[in-house]
Amino acid sequence: MTAATVRPYLAVFRARFQLLLQYRAAALAGFGTQCWWGTVKVMVFAAFLSGQVDSPMTLRQTIDYVWLGQALLMMLPWSADPELARMVRSGDVAYERLRPVETYAYWFARAVARRTATPLLRAIPMVLTAGVLLPSLGFARWGLSAPAGGSAVAIFSLSMVLVIALASAFSTLLDLLAVLMLSERGVNILVAPLAIVFSGSLVPLPLLPQWLQPAMRYQPFAGLLDFPLRIYSGHLAGADALAALAGQAAWVLVLVALGRVLTTWVMARLQVQGG
Amino acid sequence: MNAIRLYGRYVRASLHSQMRYPASFLLTSLGAFLATGIDFIAVWALFARFRQIAGWHFGEVALFYAVIGVSFALADGLTRGFDVFGEQFVRTGDFDRVLVRPRSTVLQLLGYEVRATRIGRLAQAVVVWIIATRLTHIGWTWQVWSTLLFAVAGGMALFSGILVLQATMAFWTVESLEIANTLSYGGVEAAQYPLDIYARWFRNFLTFVVPLGCVSYFPVASVLGRADRTGLWPGLLPFSPALGFVFLGVALWTWRFGVRRYASTGS
Repeated sequence: MTAATVRPYLAVFRARFQLLLQYRAAALAGFGTQCWWGTVKVMVFAAFLSGQVDSPMTLRQTIDYVWLGQALLMMLPWSADPELARMVRSGDVAYERLRPVETYAYWFARAVARRTATPLLRAIPMVLTAGVLLPSLGFARWGLSAPAGGSAVAIFSLSMVLVIALASAFSTLLDLLAVLMLSERGVNILVAPLAIVFSGSLVPLPLLPQWLQPAMRYQPFAGLLDFPLRIYSGHLAGADALAALAGQAAWVLVLVALGRVLTTWVMARLQVQGG
Repeated sequence: MNAIRLYGRYVRASLHSQMRYPASFLLTSLGAFLATGIDFIAVWALFARFRQIAGWHFGEVALFYAVIGVSFALADGLTRGFDVFGEQFVRTGDFDRVLVRPRSTVLQLLGYEVRATRIGRLAQAVVVWIIATRLTHIGWTWQVWSTLLFAVAGGMALFSGILVLQATMAFWTVESLEIANTLSYGGVEAAQYPLDIYARWFRNFLTFVVPLGCVSYFPVASVLGRADRTGLWPGLLPFSPALGFVFLGVALWTWRFGVRRYASTGS
């Protein structure tokens, strides 16, 4: 791929990214909600983990998992892009088909913007509050602590890049399904609960029952949240952390391939509505 | 026609219109049932590993969860008009039409829609309630029933009050703000665990500011025969849901204040 072929997709990404950065009031309201949620979760886990319990994760690691999970919440592929389904309903998708770009890559670029701009607006205040404000007020025990070490930082950064790719590939698949069904509502009702449970956003995956653990490692949602959070706190380190990166990369390839096939299939039977 | 008969007619009309789309009703209800069901499975998973939380067992926590869940599902189903007040009434200027009718604004907004799909959330909470009765050893006497029904009524009043306050804010902000969800959905999340696991400041907030603890923790703890660990006078415990009604009263007073300063956005 040369620079010239990538340029239109970069332009799409940049335009969407800047557009999505404008929704600051919504991000602030969401931030308030997430502070409440994080506080409740931290206290609930602290109560569960106090006393003589045999836990696969320390309280320190669990608290980091909760705060960082709240910060990155909007990276999860919660929902399909409502604009694309609307374009199909109104017939505007015809314009999309006329653009001299490859449809999958074009929609993927839009998804990358959605999965970076919106989370960024929420992650910054959340990390500042949990990682800087709480410790400086003397509540370091309840806040977000520093990453487990130099190698954890390096692997965590790589893992976050893969999270963006994985979340965008997921989102693009949801967008395609929404286009296929002319509405994003059905897709959202199904996917949101799956994402919240299997990414570890509801309960950290290592705290789920032991017999579920092997299955949890290999499902695609773990790479969206659970892996990077555990790498950050040192719960996943060394060869395990590298295996997690490989798992993320493998799922990116699978989902992109699936998305490409689905794009061809959906576009072949797309009916342009309206007149 | 008196207010109650008029409200009955509103309810019939609303249910009738929703039943025109039976498939949509069934799927949305099922979605609500599954989404909240997953939430409870998370609680179960944590108990499967840790057995207890601050001395409370799974069955006991299930009863806290069920009482707050039933209250919220009922309140959420009945107060849709307040929930969508910002977008549907203030921004569009439709509130003008509500004001010129010779009936109270509260009655008209209550009658705006009865969300039948909340039956999914209600059913989930009732299932948890049944699980809780199986796992605890409560004698289901009339005192127990009346305490818990009073708790549910107080909880409905409290959640309705939160939604009325959210709607009242729209008089100033025009759009409904998502921040009120913190107290409704977030309140359910916080109140499904016993209050004594939380830090003192948070416990006080949930008792005296937004009395979520009063409509679940105190009455349920008294039913479970557990000594309260927050230091409230034990004789008062079963009566604490009354604070939910006080909260609703304050919310309705604020609402009237908001209505008086309403300026239409329409032209």
